[in-house]
Amino acid sequence: MENNKVTNILLSGVGGQGAILASNILAHVFVEAGYDVKKSEVHGMAQRGGDVTTHFRYGKKVYSPLIPYGGVDFLLAFELVEALRYINHCKPEARIVMNDQKILPPAVNLGLAEYPEGIPATFRQYFKENVHVVKGQEIALSLGNAQAANVVLVGAFSNFFPEIARDLWIGALMDLLPKKIHDLNIKAFDKGKETL
Amino acid sequence: MKKVLQGNEAIARGAWEAGVTVAAAYPGTPSSEILAEIAGYKEIAGQWSPNEKVAVEVASGASIAGARALACMKHVGMNVAADPFMTLAYTGIKGGFVIVVADDPNVHSSQNEQDSRNWARFAKVPMLEPGDAAECKDFTKMAFEISEQFDTPVLLKGETRVCHSDSLVELTERQESKVALGLDPKEASKYVMVPANVRVRRKTIETRMKELEAYADVFSRNVMEINDPEVGIIAAGAAYMYAKEAFPNYSFLKLGMVWPLPKKLIAEFFRKVKKVIIVEELDPFLETEIRALGFNVYHGKDVIPNMFELSPEIIAKSLMAEDYKEPETRVDPNDLPRRPPNMCAGCPHRALFYSLKKLGAFVFGDIGCYTLAFAPPLQALHTTICMGASIGQAYGAGKAMGKEGLGKICAVLGDSTFLHGGIGPVMDTVYNKGYSTTIILDNRTTGMTGLQEHAGTGYTLKGEPANMVNYETLVQALGVKNIRKVDPYKVKETMEVIKEEMERDDASVIITTNGPCMLHRREKRGFEYPFYAVDTDMCRGCKVCLELGCPAISWVVSEGETKDGKKRKGVVSINKSQCPGCGLCAQVCKFESIKAGA
Ligand SMILES: Cc1ncc(C[n+]2csc(CCOP(=O)(O)OP(=O)(O)O)c2C)c(N)n1
Ligand code: SF4
Ligand code: SF4
Repeated sequence: MENNKVTNILLSGVGGQGAILASNILAHVFVEAGYDVKKSEVHGMAQRGGDVTTHFRYGKKVYSPLIPYGGVDFLLAFELVEALRYINHCKPEARIVMNDQKILPPAVNLGLAEYPEGIPATFRQYFKENVHVVKGQEIALSLGNAQAANVVLVGAFSNFFPEIARDLWIGALMDLLPKKIHDLNIKAFDKGKETL
Repeated sequence: MKKVLQGNEAIARGAWEAGVTVAAAYPGTPSSEILAEIAGYKEIAGQWSPNEKVAVEVASGASIAGARALACMKHVGMNVAADPFMTLAYTGIKGGFVIVVADDPNVHSSQNEQDSRNWARFAKVPMLEPGDAAECKDFTKMAFEISEQFDTPVLLKGETRVCHSDSLVELTERQESKVALGLDPKEASKYVMVPANVRVRRKTIETRMKELEAYADVFSRNVMEINDPEVGIIAAGAAYMYAKEAFPNYSFLKLGMVWPLPKKLIAEFFRKVKKVIIVEELDPFLETEIRALGFNVYHGKDVIPNMFELSPEIIAKSLMAEDYKEPETRVDPNDLPRRPPNMCAGCPHRALFYSLKKLGAFVFGDIGCYTLAFAPPLQALHTTICMGASIGQAYGAGKAMGKEGLGKICAVLGDSTFLHGGIGPVMDTVYNKGYSTTIILDNRTTGMTGLQEHAGTGYTLKGEPANMVNYETLVQALGVKNIRKVDPYKVKETMEVIKEEMERDDASVIITTNGPCMLHRREKRGFEYPFYAVDTDMCRGCKVCLELGCPAISWVVSEGETKDGKKRKGVVSINKSQCPGCGLCAQVCKFESIKAGA
């Protein structure tokens, strides 16, 4: 079944970070590029500060909505611990973009647990130069709105798919976002793209 | 045209294309988005019902009038709807009648993990099981056709990974139903289920099942794919998708209809394939039936887990045994701090449960956001069974404890839960002279499942203004004499009222006011102050406020002393951007170190 290669993208983050929008952008782009896609959101109660992960898969024909454990080709993480939580899910040759942001889990807030340090270094130990840390918030803020951090990350992530033209990404942003924030998000995408 | 749709959106679209005109549901994960989507179709009268039983009754009434009608619910909703459902299987339908029942393997957001396929066998009605969004749409439409062709309600089984997954769906146009609208009194013998009529319909059911069995053998979505003649898998729905992913070269018998089973097709599969494996989530439903037909099943629940959800790797691991190569473990995920769900900052439930905790009450709880009060640090809710159970349980506990229980027992439930199943038990408490206190958390929405309207919010599914239940006059009519209102954010007063009512040797109801859900968009009245802040000169680091479990409050280690020289190990800090200013922590602090911000 080599001819039906399915590519696996895992998005992880905390509720409210915009991971859902990012996965909608991916779905839009890869459908436009002619692929079959499946997307599955996994969240208990995201509105209440829980973690959110989205399994996104594309290929000629996709069956399972879930990525087999250990089968992630690309990881897009919006928060550092939420990246680390899925390190075992990645293939040895996986490529990773992670946002340089910490959102403290409740146990850390209450002083009952520690936030793991050196997460990018842990990733580099296994994935070497395939690990990219992006200052999503900082870049988005420099453009005037921290909310656009998710699109900065998508911009960085888009470098992993050179076969997909920039137009398709921009088209997805225009289709999915309200008009008055198009300019901001196109800038965010391009700034993100420049980071790797 | 093709479009990426969520499974639930695709079910709604299928219903619309099939010409449905009436749809009713009570929300429940993972089914809630079906009606939310239906709200957008002007041709469908879509509505939230107070519970699943009513939803099924509404849809069946529409069907008897000739309309194509849909009812939707999560798996446990079927327990509530079972009474009409089991007998509607006898009466049959007029306009196509489909019930969507969405399972939750792995219990992502439910109180149990029951396997809804058992209802199909139990009630003797057909069940279709889609595996992705495209099938959700197609199977919904087919379900209406089967319903009308065989004069039966049809079950459509959803589940978390199907309802909440998105994939490409081919959209087509709506076709109005061919069944004429109208009510015919001459059909009464079909719908009046008294013994003489029941016996007639009872036989009809058996004939219908025979016909459906024959139909299953030719049903276009029961599909045989012969690849490897050595090994084959029988599966349906999401389990098929996972198995196909794990073993693409095996042969497959994919069942689109999981009840009744296509006996001839199954026999043919066993003839064509040497070793047949049955891959299914939860119960050995297909396996039991197929073994009972006399087939020699190579593997089933002997290796495939009978609980939680399956995935491609669980299936691979189960079938490959030692040959399965486990991916490398780089970090032990158990070492990482988790992010359990928590009530929102400022949630009115947190305030109320803090009072209950301080009073040391045994709280018979219910299902909703407030169930989260069971978790540390609050740990102030002590049972959760099913919607509305809290009231009857509290009453029963009072009967068992007698005077000993006075001052110790209460039932707590949300507004949506109260309207779902709480009215009868309050009536019972009064009628049978119970003394328990029922607290209704009126946050003006169905919070847990994503802010759905209900009969107490004043709006319909489609956002139109509507009657709003008055809880006070309602429980008064049930005979409750002691009815109190509390503002949960006023801790001292709330505690006094609850204490008084729990100690009273008579039934009582307490209704919260000023407590809309924080996510509620419509009532954007904020609190008196925009946020609260910690005076770090004063904070003694006693951690009392941390007992609230408010996500806006955190602990900062910093040894030192307060301005007036009291030693401390650290201070708390309030995240201004997260705090909406409910003022609860300020009331809890004994050293007046939490102050309103401006
Ligand atoms: C029989 C049944 N139907 C539906 C559900 C899903 N469900 C869980 S909690 C809930 C509603 C909770 O609303 P409410 O009681 O108002 O409390 P809130 O979450 O707003 O605090 C629903 C619909 C269920 N668990 N059981
Ligand atoms: S959604 Fe509403 S009811 Fe639920 S925890 Fe948040 S504020 Fe409370
Ligand atoms: S006032 Fe205190 S308890 Fe209320 S939301 Fe703010 S920090 Fe939380």
